[in-house]
Amino acid sequence: MRQLVVLPWKQSLIISYKSIRARFFRSLITTMTLILAVSFLAFSQITIDIADAMLTSGNPVFHRILLQSGFDIQPGNISLAASPKQRWIVILSLLVCVVGIINAQLMSVTERFREIGTMKCLGALDKFIVRIFVLEASMLGLAGSVTGAFVGGIAACSGAVFRFGTDILPIFPWHDILLSSALAIITGIGLSLLGVLYPAIMAARMQPVEAMRVEQ
Amino acid sequence: MKKEMTKKQIVRVTDVTKNFDLGKIVVNVLKGINLEIETGKYVSIMGPSGSGKSTLFNMIGGLDKPTEGKVFIDEVDIAQLDAYELAWLRCRKIGYIFQTFNLIPVMTALENVTLPMTFAGVPGDAAISRGMTLLAQVGLEGRHGHKPAELSGGQQQRVAVARALANSPSIILADEPTGNLDLKTGEEIISLLKQMSEDQGVTVISATHDYKMLNVSDQVIWIRDGRVDKIQDRDELEIHTGGMSS
Repeated sequence: MRQLVVLPWKQSLIISYKSIRARFFRSLITTMTLILAVSFLAFSQITIDIADAMLTSGNPVFHRILLQSGFDIQPGNISLAASPKQRWIVILSLLVCVVGIINAQLMSVTERFREIGTMKCLGALDKFIVRIFVLEASMLGLAGSVTGAFVGGIAACSGAVFRFGTDILPIFPWHDILLSSALAIITGIGLSLLGVLYPAIMAARMQPVEAMRVEQ
Repeated sequence: MKKEMTKKQIVRVTDVTKNFDLGKIVVNVLKGINLEIETGKYVSIMGPSGSGKSTLFNMIGGLDKPTEGKVFIDEVDIAQLDAYELAWLRCRKIGYIFQTFNLIPVMTALENVTLPMTFAGVPGDAAISRGMTLLAQVGLEGRHGHKPAELSGGQQQRVAVARALANSPSIILADEPTGNLDLKTGEEIISLLKQMSEDQGVTVISATHDYKMLNVSDQVIWIRDGRVDKIQDRDELEIHTGGMSS
């Protein structure tokens, strides 16, 4: 008969939440990189959404403003794609963000070697440890991405109003903006999870005997 | 006097050797250890640093696997256990006490004590009430809401003792439990362990080089250079260390 060792989800959540709170400022810095990357992503996507809406409105005034602000409009275009350069910058910023998250999480794992070893001595399975780290990353990811998408969205919208005037307000593509924000949030959470994967597996593979080591 | 124990072995170590492969050289840390530890006894493993004491201790605790030979806990060969069964063993059968206390810093004393019960599937309310009882037993009534950083070393080790007892294990493994404590607090922890061992019939195995331990030990296993040097029972011991008891 196989007896079970369990860790209910509620308990995992509590443990993760407490770990984040205990390292609040470090968590904040990790979240900041995510906020920056996600807001940049949301900003560029939403700016394109707004420009698209201006283009498809068929209003010649908007057409002229767009050309003046440097958008490259070919005849017959119905959508303005981001330029390759812009796309690269976005990808790079996301990449830097993942590296930052991996770094922060690795530090967090190293710092908690003994804690993890102790938990394993108390009967924790590898998957409990992975779960705690993944939950932490998801919470940080969610908080960072939502804030980032919000900041990016506000910046893009107010920037558009500033550049193109209040005339564009009636044709604001709210639906597309929401969609782009949601996409940015999902990307942010994905990045956060991607960043925690290796550190979490490393933590879970740690031997409980590490808890016995005396040197800190 | 101690109550009558049936002579049952809780731990059996047969011909255990352990080699550590350091790349260029192989270090033989344990060179064939045979041991039997009876249920309910208070056993100290003594030996100088580098004698293989800690390695043997980790084997008994299921934290490390022998190169050769077998370790049985309750007649179960722990080398045969898979990850789940090992976790179960660590959770229910063995309580660990560490030299460095190893409480989870972000949790309160009570949460530290209830954590093993959570792993064992004890419902929240039952775990909390048992946790409070245990904390009272180790003399920490009213301290349940404190974080480890708010407790003294001795108090932290008391929390660790309560945590080790959480799932009513058969064995308590204490690795230098007094190593980081001053003389008086160390003595308090030793007598606490002794009392728990007598009250609850739990086998206490402790690796130590603290001679204060000898006074309460039922049996002392001396390890020297990877082998069992000698095994002394309590009565032989008192002649030997009578002069040192305080």
